[in-house]
Amino acid sequence: MAEAVAWVMLAVLAAYACAGGTDYGAGFWDLCAGGAERGERPRRLIDHAMEPVWEANNVWLIFLMVIMWTGFPPFFAAVFSAMWLPLVLVVLGLVLRGAGFALRRPARRLTQRRVYGAVFAVSSLLVPFFFGAVIGGVASGRVAPGTPASADAWANPTSAVTGLMAVGATAFLGAVFLTADARRYQAPDLVDYFRLRAWWSLAALVVLAFIGLPVTHHDAAYVWDRITGGVPLALIVVAAATALVTALLLARRALRWCRYTAVAGVVLVIAAWGAAQRPYLLPTSLTVGQAAGVPPTLTWLLIVTGIAVLLVGPGLGLLYWLDTRGKLEALTDADTEEERPPAEPV
Amino acid sequence: MHSAVTLLTDSPPQMLPARQLMAFTLATHILLVPMGVALPFVTLLVHHRGLRRNDPVALQLARRWSAVMAVQFAIGIVTGTILTFEFGLLWPGLMGHWGDVFGLGFGVEGWAFFLEAVMIAIYLYGWRRLDPKVHFWLAVPLPFAALLGAFGIIAANSWMNTPQGFTLDAQGDVVNVTVQQAVFTPIFGPEYWHFAVAMFLTAGYVVAGVYAVGWLRGRRDRYHRLGFTVPFTVAAILTPVQLVVGDTIARAVFHKQPTKFAAMEIVWTTDTHVPEYIFGRLNADGTISGGLKIPQLDSMLAGFKPSTQVTGLTAVPAADRPTPAEATLVHWTFDIMVILGSLLLLLALWYAVAWFRHRDLPRSRWFFRCAAAAGVASLVSVECGWITTEVGRQPWIVYQNMRVAEAVTATRASSLWAMLGVVVALYVVLFSAFLTVLRKLHHHWRIADEGLAPNRPAHAPESDTPYGPREEAGLAAGPSHPSAQDGTPRG
Ligand code: HDD
Ligand code: HEM
Ligand code: HEM
Repeated sequence: MAEAVAWVMLAVLAAYACAGGTDYGAGFWDLCAGGAERGERPRRLIDHAMEPVWEANNVWLIFLMVIMWTGFPPFFAAVFSAMWLPLVLVVLGLVLRGAGFALRRPARRLTQRRVYGAVFAVSSLLVPFFFGAVIGGVASGRVAPGTPASADAWANPTSAVTGLMAVGATAFLGAVFLTADARRYQAPDLVDYFRLRAWWSLAALVVLAFIGLPVTHHDAAYVWDRITGGVPLALIVVAAATALVTALLLARRALRWCRYTAVAGVVLVIAAWGAAQRPYLLPTSLTVGQAAGVPPTLTWLLIVTGIAVLLVGPGLGLLYWLDTRGKLEALTDADTEEERPPAEPV
Repeated sequence: MHSAVTLLTDSPPQMLPARQLMAFTLATHILLVPMGVALPFVTLLVHHRGLRRNDPVALQLARRWSAVMAVQFAIGIVTGTILTFEFGLLWPGLMGHWGDVFGLGFGVEGWAFFLEAVMIAIYLYGWRRLDPKVHFWLAVPLPFAALLGAFGIIAANSWMNTPQGFTLDAQGDVVNVTVQQAVFTPIFGPEYWHFAVAMFLTAGYVVAGVYAVGWLRGRRDRYHRLGFTVPFTVAAILTPVQLVVGDTIARAVFHKQPTKFAAMEIVWTTDTHVPEYIFGRLNADGTISGGLKIPQLDSMLAGFKPSTQVTGLTAVPAADRPTPAEATLVHWTFDIMVILGSLLLLLALWYAVAWFRHRDLPRSRWFFRCAAAAGVASLVSVECGWITTEVGRQPWIVYQNMRVAEAVTATRASSLWAMLGVVVALYVVLFSAFLTVLRKLHHHWRIADEGLAPNRPAHAPESDTPYGPREEAGLAAGPSHPSAQDGTPRG
C-alpha cells in the first residue's frame, strides 16, 4: 500500500511538473521576449494562455505537499530540514510570481507593468531551478533523516544539472504549449516564434543530459546505476523518442498532438527517476516502507484521493475544455463600468 | 526521539522567530479567508436576484464583485502557499511526527481548494461567453467547496487543540490511527460551526461596509442600496447565531481544554464561585491588576450555577501552561471578541427593528457609520479569536502531546529572523499593491457611474482586474492595443 501511495505522490509531482511547468516555461519565454516593444506580442499571448488556469495548476503543488506529510511524514521532515534554504527561495519565488502575474494586468502604467512583469519572469526561472536542485540533492543521497540544513545538500554538481534540466524542461513545455496557443489565437508568426524556441530548448536539454551523465556518475551513484539499465532505461529511451516525435510534429505543424507527446516525455522521465529510486524515497537512507505513515491513514489517503479524482477530474476537464474552446474570457472594463441607467434616488 | 526532546524544557533560540513568522503569515492569510469562503456566496445571491428579476443593477454588482474576487483569490493563493511550506520549514517536528495522524484533513482541504480554483476560474471567465443560466449554475457548488476546504483546515487545527485517535509505543512513536476519531475531535464541531459562521458574517459586514461608506457620502441610489442590503442582511441574520455558537464553543473549551479556559478568564487557582474579569492583567504571583470584576459570573457562565468549579492555571505545572503574559493576551483577545460580537448584535437588532417598523433601512447616519465600522470589527474579532485559540494552547503545539520547542526546525535563528524580515517586507509590498488595485477599481467604477466615462484618463485600455480581454482578433491583428469588441470607445 505504501508503494501505491508513493506512486500517487509521483503522479501528482508529474502533474505539477507538467501543469505548473508549462506556466514556468511561459514565464521563462516572457523573460526572454526582449524589450517592451519587441516582446509585446509574445507577452500578450503568454498572458492569455496562462490566465484562467494558473491558479488551478498551482494546487497540484499543495496536494503534493499534503501527500508528502500525510503519507510519508519522516520524508517530509527530512527534506524540509535539509533543503531549508532552496525551499525558502522556492516559496518566496512562488509568492513573487503569483503576485507579479496577477498584478501586472491592472498596472496601467508601463513602468509599473515592467516591474511586475520582470518579477514574474525572473521568479519563473528561479522556482523550477531550485525545485530541480532539491530533487538533485535527494537523488544524490545528500538528504537523510536528521541531516541538518547545509549548502552542500543543494549546491553540488548533481543539483546544478537537475536544476538546469528542470528549467530546460519547463522552457520546452512552455514553448510547445505556446506554439499550439498561437495557432489557437490565429497568430501564425508566433507559431514560428515559439516553435523555434521549443527546438532550442530541446537541444539544450539533450546537451545537458550528455553533460550530466559523467558529472553525476559518482555523485549520484545509486540512481545513476539504476537509470542506466532495466526498466528506468527503457522509460528514458521512450521519453527520448517522444521528445523526438514532438520535434518532428512541430516541424510538420501538427500542433494538436505535440502537446501530448511533450507532456508524455516529461512524465516518462519522472517515472524513470521514480523507478530508479525504488525502494528508496531518500537513497540510500529511507525506504518507502520505512517512511510510510500508519496503514489506516494510507488507506484513507487513497480513498480521499479516489473521491477527489471523481470530483475534481470532471471539473478540471470542464475547465480545460472550456478554455481550449475559447469560452473563458475575462471581464473587461466595459463589463464592469457599463453605465447604469441614471442613478435613481431612493 | 520524541521523549528525548521532552526533557529539553527551555526553548531553543529559533523558536521565537519561527512563532513570529507563523503568526504573522497566518494573521495576514486569515484576513483574506472570509472573502475567499463567503464572497462567492454573497455574489451568487445578487447574481441570482439579477437573473430572476432581470435586474441590471444586481447583475452589475455581481460582475464587479467577481472582478474583486479575481484579485483577492490570487493573493489568497500566494499567502496560503507560504503557509503550506512553513509547516515543513518551521515545524518539521510536528509534521514528521504527527503528519499521518492529522494530515488527512489537509488532504480534504487540498482537493476542496482544487475544486474551488476550478469553479472560480470558470465563474470569473465565464461572464462573457457562457449562457447566463449555465454560468450561474456552474458556480452554485462554490460555497460548498469553500465549506469543505474549511472542514479540512479546522479538522487539522482542532486536532492540535484536542488531539485523539492514535496510539503510541514506548518510544512515543505513532503505531496506530483511528482516522474518524482523529478528524472528529471533541472541539471540532463547535470550532467548525463557529468558524464557518464567522466567515460568512465577516464577509457580509465587510462588503456592506463599503456601500455604507458610499451611502454616507450621499450616493443613495439603488445600486448602493442593494449592495448594502444583501450582504448586511446575511450578516445580521448570522450575528445572533454566532453568539449562540460562541457560547457553545466557550463551554466546550471549558470542558476539553481547561487550561486554555483558565487563561481566557485569567483564573489562577481552581475554585468555585469564580468571578469574571473584564480586561485586567494577570501578574506573575497570580494577582490581578485592573479590570472590571463581576462576582460569581465566570462560574455561572461555565456551568450555569455559581457553585461550578473552574480549573485554574495552577492546576498544571508552570511548564505546561501559558505564561502570565500569554494568559493576559489570551484574556484580552477573548474579551475583545466577545465585546465586538455583542456590539454587532446590537447593530443587527437596530437593523431588524427598523425593518419591521417601516420596511426600510434605518435613517440615522449613525447606523451607517456603525455599519461601516462593522466590517473592521468582525475582522478584528476573527484575529482575536485565533489568537485566543493559538496562544491559549501554549506551550503545546499538540495539546499535552508535543511542545512547540520539540516541533521547531533546527535551522539557525538568524536565518529565520532574516526570512521573517524578507516575508514582512514582501507582504507590505504585496498588500499595498493589492489595496492599490482595489482602490483603482473603485475609482474607475465611480467615474463610470457618474457618467464621466468619456473623461477617463487615457491609459492603456485594459481591464483593471488581473485578467484582460482574450479576444482572438486582438492577437491576430497584431496592434499593441486592440480595441475591445464591444465597441466602447477607448483611450
Ligand atoms: C466574526 C467573528 C467572531 C465573533 C463575533 C465571535 N467569534 Fe469567537 N472566534 C472567531 C470569530 C468570532 C474565530 C476567528 O473564527 C475563532 C478562532 C478559531 C475558531 O474556530 O473560531 C473564534 C474562537 C473562539 C473561541 C476559542 C475556541 C478554541 O480555542 O478552540 C471561543 C471560546 C470563542 N470564539 C467564543 C466566542 C464568544 C463567546 C463570542 C460572542 C459572544 C464569539 N466567540 C464571537
Ligand atoms: C487551521 C488553521 C491553523 C493552524 C493549523 C495553525 C497552526 C499553528 C502552528 C503550527 C503554530 C506554531 C506553534 C505554536 O505556537 O503553537 C501556530 C501559532 C500561532 N498561530 Fe495558528 N494555526 C492556524 C490558524 C491561525 C490563524 C488563522 C491565526 C490568525 C490570527 C493564528 C494565529 C497564531 C498565532 C498568533 C500563533 C503564535 C502563538 C504564539 O507564538 O504564542 N493561527 N499556529
Ligand atoms: C495553517 C493553516 C493554513 C494553511 C496551511 C493554508 C493553506 C492555504 C493554501 C495553500 C491556499 C492556496 C490554495 C490554492 O492554491 O488554491 C490557501 C487558500 C485558502 N485558504 Fe488557507 N491555509 C491556512 C489557514 C486557513 C484557514 C484557517 C482557512 C479557513 C477556512 C483557510 C481557508 C482558505 C481558503 C478558503 C483559501 C482559498 C483561497 C481564497 O479563497 O482566498 N486557510 N490556504
